[in-house]
Amino acid sequence: MGKTLAEKVWDDHVVAKGEDGAPDLIYIDLHLVHEVTSPQAFDGLRQAGRQMRRTDLTVATEDHNTPTLEIDKPIQDPTSRKQIDTLRTNASEFGVRIHSLGDKEQGIVHLVGSQLGLTMPGITVVCGDSHTSTHGAFGAMAFGIGTSEVEHVMATQTLPLKPFKTMAINVEGELRPGVTAKDIILAVIAKTGTGGGAGYVFEYRGSAIRALSIEGRMTICNMSIEAGARAGMVAPDETTFVYVKDKPHAPQGADWDAAVEYWKTLPTDDDAVFDNEIFIDANELEPFVTWGTNPGQGASLSGEVPAPDSFADPTDRAAAERALEYMDLQPGTKLKDIPVDTVFIGSCTNSRVEDLTAAADIIRGQRKADGVKVMVVPGSARVRLEAEALGLDKVFKEFGAEWRFAGCSMCLGMNPDQLAPGERCASTSNRNFEGRQGKGGRTHLVSPLVAAATAIRGTLSSPWDLQAQEPETQNTTPEEMQIAELPQQPAEEA
Amino acid sequence: MEKISTLTGTIVPLERSNVDTDQIIPAVFLKRVTKSGYEDALFHSWRQDPDFVLNQEPYAQGGVLVVGHDFGTGSSREHAVWALRDFGFSAVLGPRFGEIFRGNAGKQGLLVGQISEHAMEALWAVAKASPGAEITVDLEARTATADGVTHDFQIDEYTRWRLLEGLDDIALTLRDEASITAFEAQRPSWMPTTQPVREGTL
Ligand code: SF4
Repeated sequence: MGKTLAEKVWDDHVVAKGEDGAPDLIYIDLHLVHEVTSPQAFDGLRQAGRQMRRTDLTVATEDHNTPTLEIDKPIQDPTSRKQIDTLRTNASEFGVRIHSLGDKEQGIVHLVGSQLGLTMPGITVVCGDSHTSTHGAFGAMAFGIGTSEVEHVMATQTLPLKPFKTMAINVEGELRPGVTAKDIILAVIAKTGTGGGAGYVFEYRGSAIRALSIEGRMTICNMSIEAGARAGMVAPDETTFVYVKDKPHAPQGADWDAAVEYWKTLPTDDDAVFDNEIFIDANELEPFVTWGTNPGQGASLSGEVPAPDSFADPTDRAAAERALEYMDLQPGTKLKDIPVDTVFIGSCTNSRVEDLTAAADIIRGQRKADGVKVMVVPGSARVRLEAEALGLDKVFKEFGAEWRFAGCSMCLGMNPDQLAPGERCASTSNRNFEGRQGKGGRTHLVSPLVAAATAIRGTLSSPWDLQAQEPETQNTTPEEMQIAELPQQPAEEA
Repeated sequence: MEKISTLTGTIVPLERSNVDTDQIIPAVFLKRVTKSGYEDALFHSWRQDPDFVLNQEPYAQGGVLVVGHDFGTGSSREHAVWALRDFGFSAVLGPRFGEIFRGNAGKQGLLVGQISEHAMEALWAVAKASPGAEITVDLEARTATADGVTHDFQIDEYTRWRLLEGLDDIALTLRDEASITAFEAQRPSWMPTTQPVREGTL
């Protein structure tokens, strides 16, 4: 019997096979580190008198606590500043490469690995962050780990793990214009629920997935964790090879040829069997939005806020009731009639150049709705520079949006970018939990296209809603493709 | 982790039951970045009271904590174990514990032994009759001896083995060090490395 992609990657990383139900020892090719979940792990090494085994397979960056304005000034919040200072001290003590605030490779940890060409097919990637699943877009096996495991990887470059089950997510057909990777994954999670993927590694397959760019595949794999899956993967193909090639750390010359030859052996064999399968018809998909307080509580934007009674399962019904109360929504309200206070375009789900370009194309030459705050936060400093080279910053600013520095920003309430209590936000991030974007904040998860259309109309909207009223676009492509200078490293770091 | 076979320390009586991890360490201390240095946080609110046992002289250095029922219930915070260890406790004995707390303790080398009600009362009585009295905990024999009286305690076999061997998860994995090195030797040359740094242009 053949093997699935996930099984192939797993088998190629077994250092020691576990006997009698003991876990396998799995080798970790790439360890990404950020300031929140690493301090106790470094401290654990120190207490035990241990060194890091492979600093050359480790890279650190600062993202969760970093401000997105005035990044040349000291960080205001003392706890945030302390966590970041601690990461810098630890990185220098243990010899870990770090991309700090102000550096052009700084940014959300999951963008950093891929833009440097460190993320590649067939490798294992871990990080003390659940959205490590993002890297599965390359055909890597990538998953989030806890602080004790972070320390374990630092010390041994391995993890004891029990094998996962496999689930095929088949998405066949062609997406209509205006429908994106984000809508696919929101539809998948609405189908599986937030726990349906527990114990599984997802493999996204089918013509609609093959047609996606790497950035779109990253959006999908990113949110695998929201379905409860440990990881999500897409088999590597030409799209993957083209994306990885010539990135700074991509293999070169003969190494490149050898790598591609190996990567081509990775896709799931025709006779391989998945433990489970689900099917999604891409032709049917519409722009999607969440109405509740978990990512599985979503619906097509053309629909209505559901009535709790419409859920057969009593737990789902109770959850819907609680969610509607928190979200301050009435059953039967048309989703398109829901006004928002804030639009956030950012996070490791949707903050790459493709996302920003797609949003800019919708808003170019228009003005944002009155009273709506629009924040655009590139996922990494590099993305920011690339977007500026394309003139996207000007498009956003002319629209009335704020163009910020890179970081997790309003994805979670850990840095200054937070919703006020009761504020409602259309957000391209991945979690709509109570208080996630700030205490009392209300989140609707959407694609960058829906975010952009919402910013224009002021109520949840898709690009489809704009067509009737769209004025002549002025296509203000900037004459000069200048690259902005980044501010210097914060002075205290020197 | 240090190997543990026998431990000797002052009996510190904590005559309370249902001490949850919020009492052991309040949430406000979880913002810290270290895995050590939590001694000031241990039982933080109770220690505001000068009469609290840990504020009494023979007990201020820790030792072996003898607790009431259901110690360590509630939140899963591993910080509770770190705080006890940092304060100077090497073992906690009591009739019943929160499961997660007990698991966390095992990972961090804090010996948690289950004793009978009778033993708990007896040890509290010893501490009261002669404050500062010592107790010897023998992990091999699973016994705790104070004032000439020996009490049995229970601990699960796997945890006991790891504590006796001084093995944390990392130490266990490092027993496979040769396999890790052998695995590394056959990794292809094109696998990614973060060093030396290669930065992209723009
Ligand atoms: S952007 Fe959000 S989800 Fe992604 S790593 Fe940062 S906080 Fe986590």
